[in-house]
Amino acid sequence: MNPTTAAILHFLQTWWVELVCGVVIVAVVPLIAGYIVLMERKLMADMQARLGPMRVGPHGLLQPIADAVKLLIKEDIVPADADALIFWFAPVISMVAALTSMGALAFGPTFQVARDINIGILFVLGVSSLGFLGIILGGWASNSHYSIIGAIRSTAQLVSYETAGGLAVISALLLSGTLRIRAIVEAQQNYNPQQHSGVWFIFLAPVSFFIYLVASIAETNRAPFDLPEAESELVAGYMTEYSGFRWALYFLGEYANMIVVGAVATTLFLGGWLRPFPNVHWLNWLDFLPVLLMALVGVYCIYRAGKQPVPVQTWFMWAVALGCFAVAAIFAAPWIFAPLKFIVPGLNGAFWFLLKVTAYIYVFMWLRFTLPRYRFDQLMHLGWYILIPLAIVNVFAVGVAIVLESEFGWNRWLALIVTTAFTLAVAAILVNLHDKRTAGASTATTATTDSYAG
Amino acid sequence: MLDSILFYFFAGVAVLSAALMVTRRNAIHSAVFLITALLATAGIFLQLRAEFLFIAQIILYVGGIMVLFIFVIMLVRLDVAIHQIRFRMQKFVALLVALALGLELTAILYFARKLPGQGLFIQGSAPADQLPPNSEELARSLFSSYLLPFEIASVLLLVAMVGAVVMAKNKKRTDEP
Amino acid sequence: MADTVQEDATQKNGTLLGADELVLNMGPQHPSTHGVLRVKLKLDGERVRGTECVIGYLHRGVEKIAEHRTYQQFAPYVDRMDYIAAVSNGLGYCEAVEKLLNVEAPLRARVIRTILTELQRIASHLIWLGTHALDIGALTPLFYCLREREEILKIFEKYCGARLTTHAFRIGGLQYEAYDGFEKDVERFCKDFERRIKEYVDLLTGNSIWIGRTRNIGMISAADCIAIGASGPILRASGVKWDLRKAQPYAAYDRYKFEIPVGANGDTYDRYMVRMEEMRQSRLICLQAIENIPEGPILGKVGKVLKPPAGEIYHSIEAPKGILGYYIVSDGTIQPYRVRIRPPSFVNLQAFDKMVRGHLVADVVAIIGTLDIVLGEVDR
Repeated sequence: MNPTTAAILHFLQTWWVELVCGVVIVAVVPLIAGYIVLMERKLMADMQARLGPMRVGPHGLLQPIADAVKLLIKEDIVPADADALIFWFAPVISMVAALTSMGALAFGPTFQVARDINIGILFVLGVSSLGFLGIILGGWASNSHYSIIGAIRSTAQLVSYETAGGLAVISALLLSGTLRIRAIVEAQQNYNPQQHSGVWFIFLAPVSFFIYLVASIAETNRAPFDLPEAESELVAGYMTEYSGFRWALYFLGEYANMIVVGAVATTLFLGGWLRPFPNVHWLNWLDFLPVLLMALVGVYCIYRAGKQPVPVQTWFMWAVALGCFAVAAIFAAPWIFAPLKFIVPGLNGAFWFLLKVTAYIYVFMWLRFTLPRYRFDQLMHLGWYILIPLAIVNVFAVGVAIVLESEFGWNRWLALIVTTAFTLAVAAILVNLHDKRTAGASTATTATTDSYAG
Repeated sequence: MLDSILFYFFAGVAVLSAALMVTRRNAIHSAVFLITALLATAGIFLQLRAEFLFIAQIILYVGGIMVLFIFVIMLVRLDVAIHQIRFRMQKFVALLVALALGLELTAILYFARKLPGQGLFIQGSAPADQLPPNSEELARSLFSSYLLPFEIASVLLLVAMVGAVVMAKNKKRTDEP
Repeated sequence: MADTVQEDATQKNGTLLGADELVLNMGPQHPSTHGVLRVKLKLDGERVRGTECVIGYLHRGVEKIAEHRTYQQFAPYVDRMDYIAAVSNGLGYCEAVEKLLNVEAPLRARVIRTILTELQRIASHLIWLGTHALDIGALTPLFYCLREREEILKIFEKYCGARLTTHAFRIGGLQYEAYDGFEKDVERFCKDFERRIKEYVDLLTGNSIWIGRTRNIGMISAADCIAIGASGPILRASGVKWDLRKAQPYAAYDRYKFEIPVGANGDTYDRYMVRMEEMRQSRLICLQAIENIPEGPILGKVGKVLKPPAGEIYHSIEAPKGILGYYIVSDGTIQPYRVRIRPPSFVNLQAFDKMVRGHLVADVVAIIGTLDIVLGEVDR
């Protein structure tokens, strides 16, 4: 065969896993993002004492499909004065940045496109920050005063909180000592090589995790930091002039960003694809948790199937139950057929990873429905006056803890507890100053005015 | 083989974007094409296994400097600038500078073929995929051999930040009575 | 930084359009103006320098219609003014006409009127709380409030057949007897409501984001309130302890023990606290009332055809939004000569300009929400 075909075959042979992962990311993530939207609507409804989408498909499960179809067949409205090239380009940038940054993430020990790239986490953070360009260009291309203001505000918010988030990431990287994603998770598995024990970094650096949580909520423009997107505010935001599928791209980009941010937090703080308490041998039964969980969900579905009012819903519940049992069987297969043991780390790892990312996103949604919105200046004040100083102090504290342990021989946990206490004290001072400042604004009522004069 | 394809792709995009960038009338279009040119250059860095340089290019150049450029272009009233008197000899000087630059680059490339080993100035360096990891090497040298310039650069950046904030604050104070 | 210092309102030409000023139009169609209110904001950058409210988009000529209806025929019209709290509108009107006729409703009717009006107060404040929280960004309290309001509306529906525009009262008393189980329903609601108020308090009262969005926002002094004629929770939050239920008792309010909540600063947070406490006090009134609803007739001695003697009367009640007054002039015929309605929202809206000067644009929606206006009342 000619050299071109040979070269192509060789390429496919070496890179087929990564290619498959890449294709899965590009094809599946938008669908997953759509279902995260459904999850959010159902969760919002549950917290608000109502049911959420119920009509389209059983219990609303086909709602994202219906929404996607609707958005696709909508009329493509481009404002007359808008810059056509940039108008087309901007949502694409947002979406592409989010998807590309997923390329470096490891969704399990085997699922990663940019395998072992030297700069793992930095790649993810850097490429996902390219999404800001999509926002600015989108706001500008709409050629509307309010879109530009909304875009600038949104970008200002993102940039401020990215600083704080980056500093939080740095303090976690101090603990792992490397930027490579696989190595970070392995560091959490083998944190204490002598005792062969591992611990998630959230227990070693809880303040970092909290700072990253707050920063990532602001990064993805979620409540309580969603003023640039809020409908009841006057400035309508950079997405105003976008309708139909262009808007859908922005929206999907936002939810893909949520997945990225959740995945980064999981990798850095929550142990990636490790089960809770990795390396603790007497907790090895936790390895069976995926099977148990899916089986329990299946049993619950069967229990609910009997209570459905309409036959089609009963069949649907039975179908879901069977699906859960099938997944449980896949999880349990390696223990039954020994030759299949090689899929255990990949499958279980992916399960734990997705569980943690889902929990992180659940917290995002929970906060959205519970908390009111910050005003923009309060938001910036929170970022620059509280979060960034705290993040800087935190990096310093974690560094000191590491030095204390390696140079002065302190116990690892003691060093970390002492420095965490110090950081929390600083946080308390900062919050106190913040409260004094807002309460100290003048409460004196103005002098009585003569409303009948003039 | 894959390397060549990728290189030609990145290089082609870079050259095309640069050409488009200098020929656009709309400033934002130019900025966008500069972004694509920078991204293509970053791709070439990645091919050379200089991963840190690749991500630094993206984070700092594209994510920082180009965002700043775009802000400035958006917020500055360009139509006012267009009607101001410009430097009249611009075309002639530009031609001169371009010719000089072209001659220099040609000379460098010509003489480079006479140097042994790969690359232009690094003698006896290893092929790209056998180099030690980029980030670690950079960090090691930054914190050992180049510690003083690193610290000076940090202080300079700090001074710049503080200075910018002070100047902006002063301006605000003189604006509002 | 957001200095929420009020601009000196003695500056008479605060709305002079300067070089940097921008006139921003909000409404009449806007998710947060709570009806068809048009607000023209004069902005200097982000700060509001002056406002102009344009009203009248919901004007229906109610007062003119009154001149061409008999007294009983006009009663359903008053429900449509403050459509969130129709029962209190009806109470004010019926009591005004009863005063004109020199007739007093029997005690049993007055007690049931009190219970229904206090339930309506709670329902009105629930809508206020839900929409105000929604404007500030809290998505959930609205649905909780609507859930509670649903229980009250069910009671209304069982009582008189309608949920919103109830026409619950008649001139001289009531038409419908309290249905079987009325006391039980009200008691069940009130017992449950304590827990629900706690939910709202948990979500909002101590929340630092909520406090940051409402403290020192939209402040108005007591003197300003009195000068404008503001009434209701706005007046009470500024420190003036004035409530017509205590000052000039009507219906059966003098039989029950309740407190009048008063605020200190006159900002949005105080108005929020005052209304929350008012809901609790209304609940207490209801509980006291249902313990002992006296037996007796429900309609006083009023003929079929109402011809009040010529004269005039002004009667006001404490509606959920403020002082609702009816000035009725009778010329001896079956139709009134003039009915002038003093709506609380119309007068309270004047406070908007004072409250919003110097604040940021993002606070405007919070301030409109805290005024608790209903355009049906403002425009009539």
